[in-house]
Amino acid sequence: MANAFWCMVEDDRKGTPKKVMAEVIGEATRLAGGDVEAVWLTDTATDDGIRQLGEWGAKKVWLIEGAELAPYRAEVWVPIVAELVAAQSPKAILGPVTSRQREFMARLAARLGVGLAGDCMGLAMDGDKLVGTRPVYAGKLLAKVAWAKTPWLATLRPNVFKPADAQPGQTAAVERPSVQIPAAQLKLVERREEASTGLPELTEAEIVISGGRGMKGPENYVILEELGGIIGAAVGASRAAVDAGWRPHRFQIGQTGRTISPKLYLGFGVSGAIQHLAGMRTSKVIVAVNKDPEAPIFKIADYGIVADLFEVVPQLTQEFKRLLEK
Amino acid sequence: MKIAVLVKQVPDTATQMKVAGTAKAIETAGITWIVSPYDEYAVEEALRIREKRGQVEVVVMSLGPDRVKEALRSCLAMGADRAVHVNDPALAEADTLMAARALAAVIKQEAPDLVLTGRQAIDDDMGAVPAQVAEILGWPCAYWIMEEAIADDGKTVRIGRQVEGGLEIFDVPMPAVLSAQKGLNEPRYPTLKGIMGAKKKEIKDVKASDLGLAAEAPQLPVVALEALPPRPPGRIIPGDVATAVKELVRSLREEAKAI
Ligand SMILES: Cc1cc2nc3c(=O)[nH]c(=O)nc-3n(C[C@H](O)[C@H](O)[C@H](O)COP(=O)(O)OP(=O)(O)OC[C@H]3O[C@@H](n4cnc5c(N)ncnc54)[C@H](O)[C@@H]3O)c2cc1C
Repeated sequence: MANAFWCMVEDDRKGTPKKVMAEVIGEATRLAGGDVEAVWLTDTATDDGIRQLGEWGAKKVWLIEGAELAPYRAEVWVPIVAELVAAQSPKAILGPVTSRQREFMARLAARLGVGLAGDCMGLAMDGDKLVGTRPVYAGKLLAKVAWAKTPWLATLRPNVFKPADAQPGQTAAVERPSVQIPAAQLKLVERREEASTGLPELTEAEIVISGGRGMKGPENYVILEELGGIIGAAVGASRAAVDAGWRPHRFQIGQTGRTISPKLYLGFGVSGAIQHLAGMRTSKVIVAVNKDPEAPIFKIADYGIVADLFEVVPQLTQEFKRLLEK
Repeated sequence: MKIAVLVKQVPDTATQMKVAGTAKAIETAGITWIVSPYDEYAVEEALRIREKRGQVEVVVMSLGPDRVKEALRSCLAMGADRAVHVNDPALAEADTLMAARALAAVIKQEAPDLVLTGRQAIDDDMGAVPAQVAEILGWPCAYWIMEEAIADDGKTVRIGRQVEGGLEIFDVPMPAVLSAQKGLNEPRYPTLKGIMGAKKKEIKDVKASDLGLAAEAPQLPVVALEALPPRPPGRIIPGDVATAVKELVRSLREEAKAI
């Protein structure tokens, strides 16, 4: 429907929308007051996935299914969605910050000639205009941005927006528009899976544990992973630990790594250099464990323990285990 | 073969950022400016391609005021062959789309076989320009590449792009736009010889009119810049480790409701 708020669906590549979609749909519902539609490009959508989108609040699911749509390629997706935009005139298009939305939304914005606000931490209506709040300079400042025209394109940082409560029984109408699927230019050679840690993805995790140079070596990260397993946390690292080769690059938190906003950040043996803080200072609750009472991370920590992390971590794991078993 | 590298000059990562009086821009006094770190990976990769293949010209391109010459000069000192500087007050408030249009216009004139750039500039942190340049040119694009190898015939490039849970390897027809992720390589430092040599290399100034750009207003104007709201004061939990750990867990559950 014209003037709807669209939500670009991110899925697990197996036909189920990611949990972060509850946040995107929840925010779209608050802003639009109801006209919320999901746009899902995928090679496989499941009925369960469609039901999930409906329960979160999507009134309609624009479903474009085809083998050529996976893996995601911008040159395939962008013309399809641009064509749908031309026909339907949505007011806004929102998506979560993920590897593909980052590129897709930027390219779509260029195709449509409209503004894109990436990585928003706040969205609000000012009269009949949308205003976005986004961190800049790696979260050292916040920029308020507006759009010159519709559709307003924005990506939303995970864990920041309140997720929609699922309403069992609430369903979305499914519409399968007939579209031309353009030929892909990128030819897939292979997909190399990462050895799974069994822990959540860093940028999406509600709890993130970070280990710095104080971890002393790669072999010691197992104690953080054990703790992570108990509390359902992702395990990241400082640049010092990454550059020492203790952890892969994808785990780096900070200005030249991932920016994260988890509900809880726990830093062990991290000094809190400005570039590290830049990547995690918007976390809701920050815990720091460091031997050095002068470590800068204590300046932004909500809770600090000045002690040897190798004493703290095992006891913390035990204590959480006890708490969560109750 | 010709490779274009898009770079942006940004404040040093150690800078404490302040908002200027207008509340729309940053206070620039006292800032040390650097080449955005991700762009350095892009410059490095271009130089490595040249070293591997020979017969490759590396052209760095940037948009911004006079001070940007310094950033271009340091890319030339690393080893790039020449530079193009889009230097026009009309583009002072460019958003990503205006920047992409300007850079795409330079790229069209230069007609490179490949465009490399960083995954994002660490000032706006938008990461939109690589995809937008590609869209304007109608070229394929790959984000967050961790590896790259151009085929011997110079017609395709095999890249690995970082996605959640893994690396996707693609063959991409050239010309194409690639955005570099940390881990692609380790950028070199300029040598003294490089720094001396850079002084003689060409930095061409171009204006919006040279690029045939129509005057336009940003699609995403900045309404205001703000400092972060201060965090509530925290506390150091006293006592021996066992006591402190218990108190921490209790606080996280009962006070902060974080677990
Ligand atoms: C351009 C640029 C970009 C950068 N980007 C990033 C980035 O994205 N992310 C990032 O993290 N950094 C980044 N940095 C690096 C940053 O400046 C710091 O060097 C880095 O964050 C330090 O990591 P660290 O805190 O692990 O190490 P250190 O600063 O060495 O701190 C280690 C801490 O561990 C404590 N410690 C040691 N042993 C123990 C123990 N047994 N128990 C408890 N505590 C202990 C010490 O007291 C110390 O405070 C960047 C730097 C530059 C120049």
